[in-house]
Amino acid sequence: MNMNKFILKKSVRQMSTSRRKFIKISALGLGGVAASTTALNLFGTSPFFDAVVLDEVAKKLHRTPTYCEVCFWKCAAWAYSDSEGNIPKILGNETDPHCYGRLCPRGTGGVGMYNDTDRLKTPLIRKMVDGEQTFVESSWEEALDLVAGKFKAVKEKYGSESFALLKHGSPGKHLEHLFKAYGSDTIAEPAYAQCRGAREAGFALTFGSWVGSPEPTDIRDTKCLVLIGSHIGENMHNSQVQEMSDAIDNGATIITVDPRYSTAASKSKYWLAIKPATDIALMLAWMNVIIEEGLYDKDYVEKYTTGFNELKKHVLNFSPEWAYGITTIKPAEIRKTAREMANAAPAVIIHPGRHVAWYGDDTQRARAMAILNALLGSWGRRGGFYFKESISIPKYPSPKYPQPEWGWPEIGEKYPLAQMGITTEVIKASLPSEDNKYPVKAWMVAGTNLTKSIPNKELLENAMNELEFLVVLDTMPMDITGYADVVLPECTYLERFDGIRSATNREPSIAVRFPAVKPKYDSKPGWWVAKQIGDRLGLNEYFDYDDYKDVIAWQLDKMGTSIEEMIKIGVKHYPRKSGGLYLKDGEPYNFPTSSGKIELYSKELKDLGFDPLPKYTKHPEPPAGFYRLNYGRAPMHTFSRTANNPNLNDLMNENNLWVNPKVARILGLTSGSEVWLRNQDKVTSTFPIKVRVTERIRWDSVYMVHGFGHDNKKLSRAYGKGINDTQLISKVYEDPIMGGTGMRGNFVEILTDNPHNTVES
Amino acid sequence: MRYAMVIDTKKCVGCSDCVVACQTENNVPIGYCRDWITETVAGSYPQIEMELKSERCNHCENSPCVRCCPTGASHIIVSGIVLVTHNECIGCGACIESCPYDARYQHPEGYIDKCTFCHHRLEKGQLPACVEVCPTKCMYFGDLDNPNSEVSKLLKSRTYKTLAPEAGTKPQVYYLI
Repeated sequence: MNMNKFILKKSVRQMSTSRRKFIKISALGLGGVAASTTALNLFGTSPFFDAVVLDEVAKKLHRTPTYCEVCFWKCAAWAYSDSEGNIPKILGNETDPHCYGRLCPRGTGGVGMYNDTDRLKTPLIRKMVDGEQTFVESSWEEALDLVAGKFKAVKEKYGSESFALLKHGSPGKHLEHLFKAYGSDTIAEPAYAQCRGAREAGFALTFGSWVGSPEPTDIRDTKCLVLIGSHIGENMHNSQVQEMSDAIDNGATIITVDPRYSTAASKSKYWLAIKPATDIALMLAWMNVIIEEGLYDKDYVEKYTTGFNELKKHVLNFSPEWAYGITTIKPAEIRKTAREMANAAPAVIIHPGRHVAWYGDDTQRARAMAILNALLGSWGRRGGFYFKESISIPKYPSPKYPQPEWGWPEIGEKYPLAQMGITTEVIKASLPSEDNKYPVKAWMVAGTNLTKSIPNKELLENAMNELEFLVVLDTMPMDITGYADVVLPECTYLERFDGIRSATNREPSIAVRFPAVKPKYDSKPGWWVAKQIGDRLGLNEYFDYDDYKDVIAWQLDKMGTSIEEMIKIGVKHYPRKSGGLYLKDGEPYNFPTSSGKIELYSKELKDLGFDPLPKYTKHPEPPAGFYRLNYGRAPMHTFSRTANNPNLNDLMNENNLWVNPKVARILGLTSGSEVWLRNQDKVTSTFPIKVRVTERIRWDSVYMVHGFGHDNKKLSRAYGKGINDTQLISKVYEDPIMGGTGMRGNFVEILTDNPHNTVES
Repeated sequence: MRYAMVIDTKKCVGCSDCVVACQTENNVPIGYCRDWITETVAGSYPQIEMELKSERCNHCENSPCVRCCPTGASHIIVSGIVLVTHNECIGCGACIESCPYDARYQHPEGYIDKCTFCHHRLEKGQLPACVEVCPTKCMYFGDLDNPNSEVSKLLKSRTYKTLAPEAGTKPQVYYLI
């Protein structure tokens, strides 16, 4: 038996007790005893007490409602603060459907975002000092005047459309309002084409509606959860992780398809260790079995879908034996798992996943998932997908936005089914060329660290080189700030008001974010920055308030509540209005597709010249000596945003390169060996990474957690720790349907000698 | 009264939320921890098994740390919780050496620190911070002397193990397997 024990977190044992420290405890201890008499009485007769309890009594903690901004799940929470401006802890809001009172490690560790002393503290302006470019601290006045001046200049010279906003998260919402008021709809976020866009397109083509966030997966009541490359538990999408745990308690079957033995795989009845890039073949074989064996939901298919006959004909030859040669999954396993899904149907979920920008045929892979769900009748059924509902937030009075001549839809016009701006296309439009009809000349980047969220760094850097102006709004000195002309320090979510969160869930609810403490340093809220720029551009009518609190108060009033009530409850629930959570037996239902039915066969795709039914396409494989670079998430980190958070960095301060023991033997690697990586395009990692030899990874792949290897020295904890996977993703496989950037077809060789040593022999 | 913790390894995803929640609840300095996650992998690709679990002081009934403490700072209270009275601790580290679970560490202030089962919260009728925060609800806490408590019932209905039983310490953290 090969036993491999890996300790994820253990304290640093510091056994050297200096005399000075020892004196310090004696002093503290005695002081503690003297001061503790009353506290002791509070806690009964136990002799136990500790400094924390005393502290809590001494400094009464005040709670403020917020929703978390450490990731995009936006769990409602209570920030506990004292009168000295400390935030000792953050706890989940018990009535919130995103977290049910339990935050994930990142939410709990959100305090670190506030406490991080590496935070951006003042506005910075790039200036020439002694012939060298450097950042000079500035006042907000100077920085905002400069930024507003650039907005005006771009508008005069090229038109407002040429100023692009690339954003993520709450600050993006405020800036989106500014950009639209200014006349630019050149707006995009990596969350679409680099992340979940393909599944939104694939599911919209089939069911007529987006999956959205949080996904309307009824995991808590499911009998069978199928995860295709989705690593719930490592991606800490809070309520989903909680519901997966409930499903385990309820005895649900989990089927995980993943070339890596993920955490979810370890909870699964079936782990299908699939050869990378062959998922569509497996799904076609599943469809083949489900149709050939008559396991599909005949009533549901009959009543709600169109194109079944075309599908049946299409999958006729995609037998499990055919798929075996492609996927390496044995035919018996394919049949067994297909029957297991059908037995559970309709309480079965073929999970759409989240980060799905893999191989360029990702919309088609999402289509295959959607079709399987339709065959099993799980959409709109208990234990499958519920019909989500949210409440719309009343729009605060503001003039109509001007109509730009072009924007994100035109920039991405090559991709007919793109539903949102494609960040990579905006980047390409920033490269001057004669046939560029949509010249982008300036960017504002907010809440996204492009050097780690966008593949093909060369293209990104070329585009940034051409920009006339780049302003970045962030809380931390992320790598992207190093390219900026102006850096604006945003305060963290714990220090600001933001828009009301409307949850798309089983029932509508709202959550608020109020500041628990005053902004640290000279940082400011995103809404304030947007308003300040807007006011300088003469857009005052669009920002008709002094404090964003006024906007929230107005909206809450319209929704039958108030600031006062929300301070007490944090989350407010509203009744459903759109009908049932699930389809009733035989209920007539009009799906929001053009046919009004679930489209197994997509005429829309056919008309656009794409495959109307998903097909398996063979993707490139690693050449000899190279390994497929796979990446994923760790539960304690979000993207590249949290690597420097002192609390979360303490849990995981660098990523490791997962290497199969067979590969390790050939290359002479052991756990802890430092290696560098070089990809197929000769891109070499800036930093080394430590190897983790583990049976959990295939011999043809290596794996690392995304979001490490930071370049900016100002991130004192994260700088140079591990490898930035995105740096090695220079080859992009574009999804022709929606413009997604497939990133899983990059291959790396493992270098044991430092390639950056330039010492001549 | 016999407090115990039961942890379901079938549900734990090893997210380390218990570690952060303990740090923020108990003011454990960054770089130290009272609880931690272990991952144990057995087998070879693709026949693999993995166990994830949260570990901490086992609040042993037969606790070597209490026996070896020269000042009496390490002690057991009525409910079976093993505690360290910080101002009686001289930081000698004997307990650290004696613990088969490596559950104790020296706080930068000098004293020896470890999991208290969040005794201060229990006094207020609350659960330990790690149990309360766990997103998978894989941790249970309660009184083993009460046959109707959730922990008693789980140990009756499920297969479980304790860590290092050969050490004879009678640990009170149980792992459902």
